Parts: sequence; C-alpha cells; structure tokens
Amino acid sequence: MYAQEVKSTGKGVLSLEEMDPVERAFQEKVNAGVKIEPKDWMPEGYRKTLIRQISQHAHSEIVGQLPEGNWITRAPTLERKAILIAKVQDEAGHGLYLYCAAETLGVSRDQMTEQLLSGKAKYSSIFNYPTLTWADIGAIGWLVDGAAIMNQVPLQRCSFGPYSRAMIRVCKEESFHQRQGYDIMMKLCAGTLDQKAMAQDALDRWWWPSLMMFGPSDAQSVHSAQSLAWKIKQDTNDELRQKFVDQTVPQAKYLGLSVPDPDLKWNEEKGGHDFGEVDWEEFFQVVSGNGPCNADRMAARRKAWSDGEWFRDALMAHAEKHSADKVAAE
Amino acid sequence: MADNPTVEFALRMGDNCLVLGQNVSAWCGHAPVLEEDIALANVALDLIGQTRMWLGLAGELEGKGRSADDLAFLRDVREFRNCLLVEQPNSDFGQTLMRQFLFDAWHHPMLKMLSGAADARVAEIAEKSVKEAAYHLDRSTDLIIRLGDGSDESHHRMQGALDRLWRYSGELMAADAIDEAVVGPGLGDIEAQYKDYTSKVFGEATLTIPEAAFMQKGGKVGLHTEALGHMLADMQFLQRSYPGAQW
Ligand SMILES: [Fe+2]
Ligand SMILES: [Fe+2]
Repeated sequence: MYAQEVKSTGKGVLSLEEMDPVERAFQEKVNAGVKIEPKDWMPEGYRKTLIRQISQHAHSEIVGQLPEGNWITRAPTLERKAILIAKVQDEAGHGLYLYCAAETLGVSRDQMTEQLLSGKAKYSSIFNYPTLTWADIGAIGWLVDGAAIMNQVPLQRCSFGPYSRAMIRVCKEESFHQRQGYDIMMKLCAGTLDQKAMAQDALDRWWWPSLMMFGPSDAQSVHSAQSLAWKIKQDTNDELRQKFVDQTVPQAKYLGLSVPDPDLKWNEEKGGHDFGEVDWEEFFQVVSGNGPCNADRMAARRKAWSDGEWFRDALMAHAEKHSADKVAAE
Repeated sequence: MADNPTVEFALRMGDNCLVLGQNVSAWCGHAPVLEEDIALANVALDLIGQTRMWLGLAGELEGKGRSADDLAFLRDVREFRNCLLVEQPNSDFGQTLMRQFLFDAWHHPMLKMLSGAADARVAEIAEKSVKEAAYHLDRSTDLIIRLGDGSDESHHRMQGALDRLWRYSGELMAADAIDEAVVGPGLGDIEAQYKDYTSKVFGEATLTIPEAAFMQKGGKVGLHTEALGHMLADMQFLQRSYPGAQW
C-alpha cells in the first residue's frame, strides 16, 4: 500500500506467556483495543515499525502530488482545474498530518525528509508511473485513491492513537478523491470515441500497478504476522487486494471498460473474482528505483527542497533577528 | 464589446485571476515547504473560483453564448485582457511572491471599492471575493517583510524581484474609460492607497522601490509579453486538441 515495504523486527511473534510483564501488559492493551499513545511504553520494534510505516505513508502523499500535479495546468475546464488543485492540496495535507503523527514517535520532519531525498526511505510504487493523458487523472482518483481507501479504512482502527486519528481525518477526504476520479472516467466514457479510447488506455496502464499497491503476496511477506499482532495492520495484503478487485470490476463494467486481465472471472464458490498473477518482478524493480518515473520524482522533490533552502533559511533568519530585537527591548 | 464596458471590465478582472491562478497552481508539489504547497493551492483555488464568476458574467453580458470555459480555453493571446504583471513567469519563489504582493496590494482595495459599484452584479462578485483578497494580501505582505528583512540572500533576491517586477505595477492603476465607467470616480483613491501601502511595506521589508522606472503596459488592450502565449498553449491544450468534447 502506501507503505508497501515495511519491515518489522523479523523475530517471530511471541506468545503472551513468552513476554516479560511490561510487554505483556502492552500486548494486552492492544488486544483489548485500547489506543497506544506516544508517551506510553512500547516495544522498540513497534516504534520502529510505526515510524517506517507512517513516514513511508507520508512520503507517498508528498510524492503523490507530482503525477497529478502534472495535469493541473492542463485541466480541461475551470471546474476540473479547481477540483484537481483541491485534491492535490488534500494530499499535501495528508502528508502533513502523517509527518506530525510520526513526529510523536521521536523522529523529526527534517530527518524524514532527508531520508526521502537520500533515497533511503521508500514511498508507494504507484507514483513512479507517468500521467500521460487526462484520463490518467480519472484513473488515479478511481483506482489509486480507491485502493488507498481500502487500505486506510481499517487503519482508522490502528492501535497507535495518532496514526489512527490521522487516518480518520484522511479517510473523510479520500472518498471525494475517488468520486472525482470516477466522475472524470464517466465523462470520458460517455464522450467521443477518442475520449473513450483514452479512458480504456488509462485503465490498461493503471490496473496492474494499482493491484501492486497492496504489497507482495502474504506468502512472500514475512512481516505481516507481527504487524497484525500489534494491530498496526488489520488485514493481509491479499485480503485487501481481493476486496479491491471485487469492488472495482463492476465499476469498470458500468463504465463499459474492460479490465486488462484474461484470467479475471467470477468464482461463485468463493464469492469473489479469480484474477491473474501480478508481475512481481516489475513491482520489485519499481520499488528498488527502476520504475519509469523514479528518477524524475526524486529529482523533482530534491529540486523543490534545494531551491527552497534560501526561503526556509530566510524565515529563520528573520525570526532570529526579531526575537533578538524583542530581548533587547526588554 | 465596446457597447457594454462591463463586459470588457469583467474580462480584465477574470483574466487577471485566471492567469495568476494558473501560474500559482503550477507550484503544487514544488514549493519550498509543505505549508507553502498548501497555502499556494489555497490562493490558486480562490483565484480560479473568482475567474469563474467574472468570466461567467462577461460571457453572459456579451450575449454570444460563450461560457466561462469558452472564454478561458478558446481565446487567443490578443483577446486576453489581464495586466502584464500576472503573466510574468513564476521564476523563483521570491519572484512569485513579489508578483503576488504587487497584485494583492491593488486587488484588495479594488474589490473593496467594487463592492459598492453601481452594477449590482459586479458588486456581488466583488463582495464574494474581497475576503479572499484580504487574506492573500495579509499573507503576501507578511512574507515580503520577512524575506526582505531576512537573510542577505533573501534580501538580495527580493530586491531583484522588485526591480524586475515594479515596472508592471503601473498598469494596474492606469485607468481608461472602461475602468471609469464601471468603477466610478474612486479610482484615484486606489492609486493613492497602493502607493501608501506598498511604500510602507517595502520600508519595513528594507526594500527599495526602483526610481524612475518606465512603466510597461498593454495587457488591458491585449498587447502582452511572450510568456502568455506559452501559458495558453499549455492551459488550452485539451480544449484545442479535442474540439467540442465535454470533460
Ligand atoms: Fe491521500
Ligand atoms: Fe487521495
């Protein structure tokens, strides 16, 4: 998802009996659904896992401004332009709430930014794909925000209080994001032949990367168990992916678009769709920096940060000068 | 168009908002800090919202069945009526903020005056926009002061931005018969307020207004700088490439 590659401690999950009394008390609190707050005792692994997950999530929101921002100046009507600006602005706001939530765990925003810009920290693979046509803006809202909602709704119940509360605020805005995306797709599909072809092409290109957003299959994901026990995570990657496919396929049908998966079919017995295997080789390449836009995305963020340095320094310089004035006046 | 000055006037107001909003919106995701990304998006949103009202009014009064979108996306450079200031490229963040300040310092008193305009529909749009403009002016004033009186580098950049952009400020105040017909006799007050306000703020910001600058003008009658054509090529791309399509 927005934090696809979160590694927790790697140790197996301990049973309550194996834990020392402090850790057992912590785990019992988690089990009882009591929120963990920043000042409470927590295992080091829990803190580290959360810092990684929340900061990856924040970085994804920040980098996620870029592919959609790419179309703000070219949005086709004044209303679409306003909606898209508001949407990208929401994503920046999500980044802000999430950085704040991570800061409660003892890491600063500057440190996290440094980790992103140095390439040490990851962000969601989905934002390393290019937005080539206006239909991509529709497809992102529909599919990418749709997948984000699927992931974030259960995170509202995450055991860590600040993360859970940030997710509650974020989820309120996400449904608007998905609706505006689907609305763009509906308009295109009801439009000219060119527009409909544009919509189909966007679905063809964004479908598989959207499924990759849920992260590797559970069989390959060694860290799920501990995160589930800590209630940092509520559902497995495969469960969420299945839910997403089941929700999205009828929406594609309603648009009159076809999902680019020859293996996709309804399975009556399991009450869900069977679908083809994600190209995990592509996923790992994108995550490790070889997606079509990784270099561009990082370059854009680095440029924004380094071009903005004089601005940030100047505000500090002004504040220092004037706090000195105040002290002198006293 | 000449028979109804309000059409031309609404185009000027709307095109100012559209061109500035378009420029500002290009910062989304590229600003120096996250808080600025969010703040600039707010400003752009306000301006695009105001564009829709002004161009909507212009299209309606013109009576040729053109919508705000038609006016925004299907006119060529020579038909745009914005002042030259707002079409100046973003360049660095300092130039962007200076452009905003020089505009806001005019826009806010202008809208305040228009709230009492004889034409009720002009007054209504002005009234809806004036609070937003007041917020924009507060924000840009604060940043101009802090950056002008910040570090050596920021002072230098802001002075450079003022030197470059001041020449476009005169056009805002250069009233013609159209402005006079719609705004009425108060136009001179706006100019006085502008001079007062900007010299006070630049004083606090330790910036110097360039002396004897030759004021550029032409935007109001469709004589623009080269930057506008490039902006329109970008902004109008979809509407031009797929004529008649609905989005
Ligand atoms: Fe988001
Ligand atoms: Fe979103």
